[in-house]
Amino acid sequence: MSSSGKTLTRADLAEAVFQKVGLPRNESAELVETVIREIIGCLERGDNVKLSSFGSFGVRDKRERVGRNPKTGEVVPITPRRVLVFRASNIMKERINSSLVKCKKAAE
Amino acid sequence: MIKSELIEKIAGENPHLFQRDVELIVNVIFDEIIDSLSRGERVELRGFGAFSVKRRPARAGRNPRTGEQVFVEEKYVPYFKTGKELRSRMNNDSETKSKVKSAPKAKSKKKKA
Repeated sequence: MSSSGKTLTRADLAEAVFQKVGLPRNESAELVETVIREIIGCLERGDNVKLSSFGSFGVRDKRERVGRNPKTGEVVPITPRRVLVFRASNIMKERINSSLVKCKKAAE
Repeated sequence: MIKSELIEKIAGENPHLFQRDVELIVNVIFDEIIDSLSRGERVELRGFGAFSVKRRPARAGRNPRTGEQVFVEEKYVPYFKTGKELRSRMNNDSETKSKVKSAPKAKSKKKKA
């Protein structure tokens, strides 16, 4: 999507914990996993997760509605479902936007 | 659940760590995600979802109250896409889970577009 093609994964997050906190590598990796697992567990139960200065994950219940197969035009019902919505905090939006806009201006 | 509750929970499961260490760990993780996105990178956490940044081009907007035209500068916004596994777990359907695994062929082409 954006300029740089790099993708961060769990391993990179574990590395950051190792570097900045100083826990052993395997324990850092485990803690990253625990954090993700706890968040997933909450969302699975239908609870919202609010992480100040990061953002919030909300669970929304969607009713049944009619949809269309875009290829064939056929009408198909979309079953009621739960979806996850993420709202980034203003801090996160600000940090991302300012650094990427600056980056672009510098390149020009 | 809020961040302090998440920290307490993890601290409870890791009695050998001080709560303030857990706090630091949790903050490092989320900070690292934001830092990475700020460099224009993508963050992919299998089983959970992926964070990416989308560019919104500059546009001519309008003040909805006055109808006055205003120029809106180009901006970059964070975006989260729920992972397949989490999506089906939230709907606790074991059938969709197996469907997702057996029939993702049509979708795989789209990814690089």
